[in-house]
Amino acid sequence: MTVQFELDAQALSARAEALGGPAWMVNRRKEAAELAPTLALPKVEKIKIEKWDFTSGDVELTKLDGLTPEIEALLGDHRTNVLVERNGHVVYNELQVPEGVLFMGINEAMEQHPELVEKYFMTEGVRVDEERLSALNAALTNGGAFLYVPKNVQVKDPLQAIFTMEQANGALYHHTIVVADEGSEVTFIESFLSNTNEPHTVNAVTEVFAAANAKVVFGGVDQLAESALTFMNRRGVVYENARLEWALGHMNDGNSVVETKTHLVGDNTFSDTKAVTIGRGAQKQNFNIRTDHFGKSSEGFILIHGVQKDSATAIFSGTSMIHHGASKSNGVQTERVLMLSEKARGDANPILLIDEDDVMAGHAASVGRVDDIQLYYLMSRGLSRQEAERLIIHGFLNPVVEQLAIESVKDRLREVIEGKVR
Amino acid sequence: MSNVPHMKIDDLRVSIEGKEIVKGLNLEIKGGEIHAIMGPNGTGKSTLASALMGHPLYEVTGGSVDLNGEDVLEMEVDERAQAGMFLAMQYPAEISGVTNADFLRSAINSRREEGQEISLMKFIRELDAKMDVLEIPSEMAHRYLNEGFSGGEKKRNEILQMMMIKPNIAILDEIDSGLDIDALKVVATGVNEMRSEEFGCLIITHYQRLLNYIEPDFVHIMMDGKIVMSGGKELAQRLEAEGYDWVKQDLGMTVDTEA
Repeated sequence: MTVQFELDAQALSARAEALGGPAWMVNRRKEAAELAPTLALPKVEKIKIEKWDFTSGDVELTKLDGLTPEIEALLGDHRTNVLVERNGHVVYNELQVPEGVLFMGINEAMEQHPELVEKYFMTEGVRVDEERLSALNAALTNGGAFLYVPKNVQVKDPLQAIFTMEQANGALYHHTIVVADEGSEVTFIESFLSNTNEPHTVNAVTEVFAAANAKVVFGGVDQLAESALTFMNRRGVVYENARLEWALGHMNDGNSVVETKTHLVGDNTFSDTKAVTIGRGAQKQNFNIRTDHFGKSSEGFILIHGVQKDSATAIFSGTSMIHHGASKSNGVQTERVLMLSEKARGDANPILLIDEDDVMAGHAASVGRVDDIQLYYLMSRGLSRQEAERLIIHGFLNPVVEQLAIESVKDRLREVIEGKVR
Repeated sequence: MSNVPHMKIDDLRVSIEGKEIVKGLNLEIKGGEIHAIMGPNGTGKSTLASALMGHPLYEVTGGSVDLNGEDVLEMEVDERAQAGMFLAMQYPAEISGVTNADFLRSAINSRREEGQEISLMKFIRELDAKMDVLEIPSEMAHRYLNEGFSGGEKKRNEILQMMMIKPNIAILDEIDSGLDIDALKVVATGVNEMRSEEFGCLIITHYQRLLNYIEPDFVHIMMDGKIVMSGGKELAQRLEAEGYDWVKQDLGMTVDTEA
């Protein structure tokens, strides 16, 4: 028997309306609330997410003040160009950015820059009718960030966002929009933290737009607790000659549905998606990483490295879809899973879908244990088996760690990895 | 405590997948000595080296190896290293995501007590100095361990590790293969810098060439899994000039050494 969490459209509409916002947003919320019950859950391979309760958490989240020690640690010396939200409410927002750059909470942005938010909020990125969880996010958005970089502006200092969820039985419907306008450059790094061991839900939709000739580097470190149920939907839209690089450390301890999809809309576009994870305990995770090539000469790279411990399950699906007309495109993906336990499960499903003749594409996938010959080599230099394994695992997850532009975030991710593999 | 090493290999037998490759080998190496083992392809030289270090695919089926009174064959690979052994490998593993420098520091610190770790400054100074000797460009410290290294870079990197770790017994497995004369001289300089009463070395090679730059005290000829003849450096020169056929004739052997 499958338990399906039924959605009451009326009750949902009432909750959506209560969250408020400008009139256009309230309308969008209501439309999404009507649509959500008619939509299917995101398509997930081999894990039954129908039983996961994504919908009953409380969306009225308590306002908190100050910074927790965990937030302080993530900030380190990087105290400006920072946005911190606790329970979806902004608690810290210090900026020293070039003129015209906007970096603020999504709720504040809806009020202060409605024309921009309205233009990008679930229009060209994630669409409201794709699946149920993103529609719920549109209906119930109660936190998130907005970042806008005007034409030809290069933001040198990385912009950092920290989002915490601290309410027992609460639900954060987090919506972030990053817009790099034509010819601009920006690095954005976000971290998600839990500060409660009671059940809570995080449903996060992130839409990233790299307009023509723009360059966006997006770092994300998710480190939500075992008691958190997570849906992370990150979407990139890349226009002519633009670049988007993702570096994502998926370090959640609870059940997670993770999607990272990039649409290479323009010609001569580039995207690089690097994602690493460590599964432990009995957690179940589904990763769906996909690059859609629409523009000519578009290049898309996907790298997924997963470590699976204990009785954790993870399904890694990587898809490179080269659409008709995307000639001279190149789609390359690698999925590697390192198994540290007999009871763990890790599946790697590399998929190439090609609807154009003149293209290049390739994939590599493997699921295996720590390599005996690598262990032998390291041990022959005096490292204990445990230390050698530790080094190999850190190396395996390093492609994302080294990509993160803020030292304190890097250090924190290393610590999280260290704590998880021990 | 004296650090002058003494290794004694007695009637060692090694198999791979049930096939005996090393067939009763005897050898004694002491601090201050440099030994060279030469021999045609497929006679078990590299098998000997790998088995001494404890490679997981090689099975020791008989004999003993003693280092300073301790039974090497009872030790795990890391314990052998801790006891002072080092093998410069012919085909070192590539470890993605782990930089050369980070790895070397871990290796050095694995020999030190907690709280006695080498300071970063001292480590960098020493690493720079050794890399200079071996003419290794400084960016190689920050590349991932052996990943994308050329054959020559791997060999130099193995010698760099040896110089940083400072073992008491080093085995160099065909460290000269694929090196040009200039690289060979550089590698030899590194090995010669290690010479001391506290350092014994076993060089495994096909060619006498390397021995022009690292002068051995003893040269052994290995055939069909055993040492069949031992002598001084002049033995290597004779092999270079005349090949191995005379050895077989002298010993009345009819073994096929091209396996």
